[in-house]
Amino acid sequence: MRFTELAIDDSTGLIFGTAPRPVTSGRGLTVGGGQVYPELNFTLPTMEVNARTYPEIKEIYRNTVDDVLTRAAALHVEGIVVEFETLLEMTLEPAYGIELTEVLVEACERLSARYGMKAEVRLTPNDTRDYERPPRMRNSPYLENMLRLFDEGAKAGATFLSIESTGGKELHDEALVNCDIQGVVFALGVLGVRDMRFLWDHITKIANDRGVIAGGDTACGFANTAMVLAEKQYIPRVFAAVDRAASIPRSLVAYERGARGPDKDCGYEGVFLKAIAGVPISMEGKTAACAHASPVGNVSMAACDLWSNESVQAVHLLGGPAPVVSLEQLAYDVRLLNESIRTRQSLLLRDMLVGSDIPHDPQALILAPDSVIRIARAVVAAGDHLTATLAAVGTALEIIEEAVHDQRLRMDPREEAWVTMIREQLAQIPHNEDLFVEMMQGRIDSGKVLLEEYGL
Amino acid sequence: MSLLTEISEMLQRGKAAEVKNLVQNAIDEGTDPRVILEEGLLHGMGVIGEKFKNNEVYVPEVLIAARAMNAGSEILKPHLADAGVEASGTVILGTVKGDLHDIGKNLVRMMMEGKGLEVIDLGVDVPPEKFLEAALERNADIIACSALLTTTMTEMKNVIETVAGEGQRDRFRIMVGGAPVTESFCKSVGADLYAPDASSAADAAAALCREKRAG
Ligand code: B1M
Repeated sequence: MRFTELAIDDSTGLIFGTAPRPVTSGRGLTVGGGQVYPELNFTLPTMEVNARTYPEIKEIYRNTVDDVLTRAAALHVEGIVVEFETLLEMTLEPAYGIELTEVLVEACERLSARYGMKAEVRLTPNDTRDYERPPRMRNSPYLENMLRLFDEGAKAGATFLSIESTGGKELHDEALVNCDIQGVVFALGVLGVRDMRFLWDHITKIANDRGVIAGGDTACGFANTAMVLAEKQYIPRVFAAVDRAASIPRSLVAYERGARGPDKDCGYEGVFLKAIAGVPISMEGKTAACAHASPVGNVSMAACDLWSNESVQAVHLLGGPAPVVSLEQLAYDVRLLNESIRTRQSLLLRDMLVGSDIPHDPQALILAPDSVIRIARAVVAAGDHLTATLAAVGTALEIIEEAVHDQRLRMDPREEAWVTMIREQLAQIPHNEDLFVEMMQGRIDSGKVLLEEYGL
Repeated sequence: MSLLTEISEMLQRGKAAEVKNLVQNAIDEGTDPRVILEEGLLHGMGVIGEKFKNNEVYVPEVLIAARAMNAGSEILKPHLADAGVEASGTVILGTVKGDLHDIGKNLVRMMMEGKGLEVIDLGVDVPPEKFLEAALERNADIIACSALLTTTMTEMKNVIETVAGEGQRDRFRIMVGGAPVTESFCKSVGADLYAPDASSAADAAAALCREKRAG
């Protein structure tokens, strides 16, 4: 593991707006340099994406980004990131993704110049390797177009490159619905880590060659899926909380391979990455209710450097186009954060954001700054990624158990038995990758997971 | 406790080996395979399904029970066939073309199987023709399409048009679901049935098959 100590080792230092290693874009937008900025993402309304509909799609992107940035300027937003999270067809057929990136970049350039604002584009192609089952992570026929979109999108002017990569997900999906922590640790701490190394060497090379910034990679398909399932009461919340902890070493790999941030919004593990690698992070919470329900609406804001809506459909609301409405909500959230920084009350506000969420859900509890530092410390002390994954899960469980014991966390009695079950399963995992692979080999369905695609 | 009640209870606790043995015992005792299926296995799945609906158990608990049901069904299947008992209905299930989300669809399959329906799961990214082809081949009752993206839910219309285009619209009932799908969307594309979650999808599919088979 590259990081052996914490960039932020005191929980008071883990706060919104400031990161030990801020990142500055070409237009001079500094993320993590003392201010918080909004990050806005929007997606299409109900429609197909194909050659016939493409001209209309282009118009939707063009008009929406113009409307969003115009409103941002009216609200005196000084800096903003517009995330272009592509829809699958736009990565499968990179020409779409590239041209739409150009549309967004052009608007950012034009309106930044007009309004004296610093607007930048984050490009997030899809991990299309998942299109094939079982996925061939290293030899996928989809890899070339995916990397082409990164490259040409960077050439077209995207400032930050990100992805929600899916290495290990083919095993994780099943582990999740079975609440199988051994499967989760194997998927994230072995397969995910190995795939992240492979993928991020490509992405950071593209970013360096094109002179843009490699942002980061979230475990959205893992821990956010867990969160959504827990929110529907399909799996215990405590399982979703430890799943998040298990994703930390996996997502950290992007920074070990040269990414610089800002980390992407849909990975609440971002706070741990900020503590460990010092990178600025984007986070989403209550203002992403347009995209999904969440039990961490306030606490997720406590250490953000960009504050995001995750995704909103470009439909019309009473207040205007939904992306503009969403931008407005973000802008007011961010004003409040920045005002607290200006008046030196940010720590007070941060603690209110944290305190208001953590008694309600173990997923919120582990995102509290004290918990983050404690878990992050266990991660950097571990020596290798598998041990770090086990340490993160073990420490998260300890924090949850202590809080239940001290009555600081309200937990459904149905959940309590799961804490014991997770602990028992966890204890059987060897702290050695070879032994763990051997242990899991018999359980892995070769029709669903190709271990050789992970170099195993 | 009767053998059938014991089968049901062991199934609810996910005890696959026990369910297998108990089903064998019931067959050996000469119990009608249809009764073992309905009052043992399906009864047990019905109870667990109801608990899931009421948020009393989590998905892993339902999955363990489903595995126990499968273990029991394996033993029972040849005896059901001998007795001329057919599945109560056949469903062709898949996530539509361009869409890779399958966690919800897999839950739908599990709950439908728990209702004694035969489910042919075509996986993800399923083109309209494949839905139709499988439905014709298996003489299915229902074609069930799942979609999670606003950009792929429109594929449901293509499935319906493909089925209609081949003159087969009256032969199959078409069911739609997935997070962005609504009752009104279901109506607007001309589908027969919408269900908001896995339990109600299974209930509705079972009822539809009963109705369809009753003529
Ligand atoms: C036939 O009859 C029926 C009847 C009932 C039926 C039914 C059929 N099918 C389902 N039901 C019903 O029963 C189920 C159980 O009760 C329910 O099923 P659900 O599937 O609704 O519920 C599941 C049990 C739990 N829910 C889920 O599993 C979905 C959760 C969210 C977070 C989600 C996940 C997990 C994933 N994703 Co995706 N993903 C999101 C989702 C957010 C959300 N709010 O839903 C959504 C759907 N995704 C989105 C996006 C954008 C994407 N995703 C993508 C990928 C993924 C993952 C692979 C990472 C993962 C999928 C894992 C998997 N194996 O399925 C990409 C597309 C891939 C593709 N082509 O499909 C990608 C494009 C992201 C990217 N940048 O690559 C968004 C859609 C936006 C839009 N325009 O529609 C999204 C709303 C997230 C967001 N807030 O932005 C009911 O709907």
